[in-house]
Amino acid sequence: MNRPLEGLLVLEFCQFLAGPSAGLKLADLGARVIKIERPKTGDACRQLSIKNLFVDDDSLLFHTINRNKESYAADLKNPDDLERLKKLISKADIMTHNFRPGVMEKIGLDYEHVQTLNPKIIFGVVTGYGNEGPWKNKPGQDLLVQAVSGLTFLSGVDTDGPVPFGLSVSDIMCGNHLAQGILAGLIKRAKTNKSVLVEVSLLESILDVQFEVITTYLNDGGKLPDRSGAKGSAHAYLSAPYGMYETKDGYIAMAMGNLPNICAIIKCDISDLYVEAGSAFENRDKLIVRLAETFKKEETKKWVNLLESHGIWCAEVLNYQTATTLNTYKSLQIEQQLDLGNGVKIKTTVSPIRLDHEKLLAPKAAPKLGFNTPDINKEFELENHT
Amino acid sequence: MRPLEDYLVIDFSQFLSGPSASLRLADMGARVIKIERLGIGDICRTLYTSNLIMNGESSVFHAINRNKESFEVDLKNEEDRDMVRELLKKADVMIHNFRPGVMERLGFDYPSVCALNPEIIYGEVSGYGTNTEWKNKPGQDLLLQSVTGLTSLTGNADSGPVAMGLSIVDMLAGAHLAQGLLACLYRKVIKNEGGFVQVSMMESAYDFQFETITTFMNDGGALPERSKRNNANAYLGAPYGIYQTENGYLALAMGSIPQLGQLLGCEKLEDYVELKEAFDKRDEIKTILAAHLLTATTETWLSVLEPADIWCADVLNWNALMAHEGFKVLNMIQEVEMIDGYKYETTRCPIRIDGELLTSSKGSPKLGQDNERIIKEFITQNTIANA
Repeated sequence: MNRPLEGLLVLEFCQFLAGPSAGLKLADLGARVIKIERPKTGDACRQLSIKNLFVDDDSLLFHTINRNKESYAADLKNPDDLERLKKLISKADIMTHNFRPGVMEKIGLDYEHVQTLNPKIIFGVVTGYGNEGPWKNKPGQDLLVQAVSGLTFLSGVDTDGPVPFGLSVSDIMCGNHLAQGILAGLIKRAKTNKSVLVEVSLLESILDVQFEVITTYLNDGGKLPDRSGAKGSAHAYLSAPYGMYETKDGYIAMAMGNLPNICAIIKCDISDLYVEAGSAFENRDKLIVRLAETFKKEETKKWVNLLESHGIWCAEVLNYQTATTLNTYKSLQIEQQLDLGNGVKIKTTVSPIRLDHEKLLAPKAAPKLGFNTPDINKEFELENHT
Repeated sequence: MRPLEDYLVIDFSQFLSGPSASLRLADMGARVIKIERLGIGDICRTLYTSNLIMNGESSVFHAINRNKESFEVDLKNEEDRDMVRELLKKADVMIHNFRPGVMERLGFDYPSVCALNPEIIYGEVSGYGTNTEWKNKPGQDLLLQSVTGLTSLTGNADSGPVAMGLSIVDMLAGAHLAQGLLACLYRKVIKNEGGFVQVSMMESAYDFQFETITTFMNDGGALPERSKRNNANAYLGAPYGIYQTENGYLALAMGSIPQLGQLLGCEKLEDYVELKEAFDKRDEIKTILAAHLLTATTETWLSVLEPADIWCADVLNWNALMAHEGFKVLNMIQEVEMIDGYKYETTRCPIRIDGELLTSSKGSPKLGQDNERIIKEFITQNTIANA
């Protein structure tokens, strides 16, 4: 396939999730991505495991985020290595880093210096909280960014206190934004023939995720979100029935819908709670509790069949075991297998973007630390610096 | 100069997924024209959330559709369809999120549009793909969260399924669509080729979960288990979570348990010397930690932990966040103005390019506000040229 970023060279000085997830997206779109890693240790994510799962020497997490890339080992504090990197940078189209403010300046690989090495570079920077202000040196860690951003008052029920999203949502959205910015930078460069600086931060990204509700807050006299006290409620700003309800054998999710109509179908009497359209908001908590009593009486499949036959938007709540057996899951081809050699294979996801009718399959496994160093030295003639 | 200056985007999409992608393109400099249904427009105009109506339309519509124009047409009327075709001939990008089959019936499916304009980038968002068993199901955010296992990651072990309290899957699909479109626009600049970009909310939801679903795929199908209390990530050990203090809350990301015990003056924690206990005994550890953190203020704990480089933070709501210098310095809020002079505040694009904030003072469009100008610019001229 003719991938859009074919022929482009990306140097990734990033670690962990935000920057490397952007690198993965660029790789799947056709770019060649080389991770620049510290000798002996590499990307700290190599040793950061979840459930202690490792594949060979590296964590499964590292493999997930860094497939379809190469690895070049270089010590930024070693003058010879730094010279090699500068030569490599002069050949690159894109470089990304997520060091804290000031680090790249010390090494001489900040944007200003890099422009003199390569006046056409796209230079992508990820920070936690931007380059200025009292938070600029705070660690750019996902949970902490969620905590300061107000996001934790949007999920769960009001008696829970703050409830964080159970995934690194700031990192992942920031990676998405970095990828977008870099792609826009490439378009700009094609017209101006000049370098482009792209900057994103975890905090700005998680604020962008909240753009709808923050806009509501800003124009509603600063009224804070008011989560429901009823279990299963799914959105602080949406009225009943929006949420998830326990059934006899599981849970059903109900999207927004005409409440009296839905209650007539499931035979749930809400006449005392619902007297006008505004009641769906005003009596949200009581209505959710009332609906929950009815849903508890039958099995999920029965409710879904009944409601869907009336065109009501609902779904069974699934876990990974049940979700991954769906025909739709299989026909969307969400999984691909990576071959690590020596008979070791792992499964992971494919890029979610389909281009020109094709999935962007890329089953190349993540590189061992420094695996490509000798070849890259040869290809870019970096050896004469040693 | 904005990267997408001089690009024209024709956007048929409604709600959030597609329109959030065109908002990004607009902020990057493209001109975005919403194609809206006669008399009704984007359903999001009247999809009320929070009861907040601003200048006659929902707050959510204003957030998603600023910096765009509106062209109100009846797609069932041949004359109107002709006008839209004229626009598509000039367009660089087209976006839609109709259910499968609708664009084929209207004559705006990819092959038809490609025949009008072979270099167009055609973007399409669906709930579950265009050729699957569930292709006709509604692509609604909460339902997508529910069927992809996402609701088993947030909240505590006994919370039941807990949704992420935002339309996160819509936003992810929009972000992925924007990436596909931008990548194709780059290819177009280099090779003068068009492209066809498809995303589905289901694939986007799994991309979001790529770490956890990959763990599931390679761990014998074991399901994620949230901790009994203070859960923030089903796959991480103590202390990862948010804890109540005497006067608020504290988020704690990392840190060895005995060290935390020493710093916080909590002797019981000093017994957990084995590294793997942080995960294996996380419920026990979190219970001890939670009880202890209640005994002093958030500020007290931060003053002990931050100097020791323990990753922690205060937990803020929007009032506290927006009063903080760390937020103000970002200049994240901008004021925009609609054609009738109505002004409102909203967030800006989160990306900075060449040090510039991608702000724009243009508010959301009134339904059909740009019809006359668009017709004059694209259609009348063309007719005259052909005469």
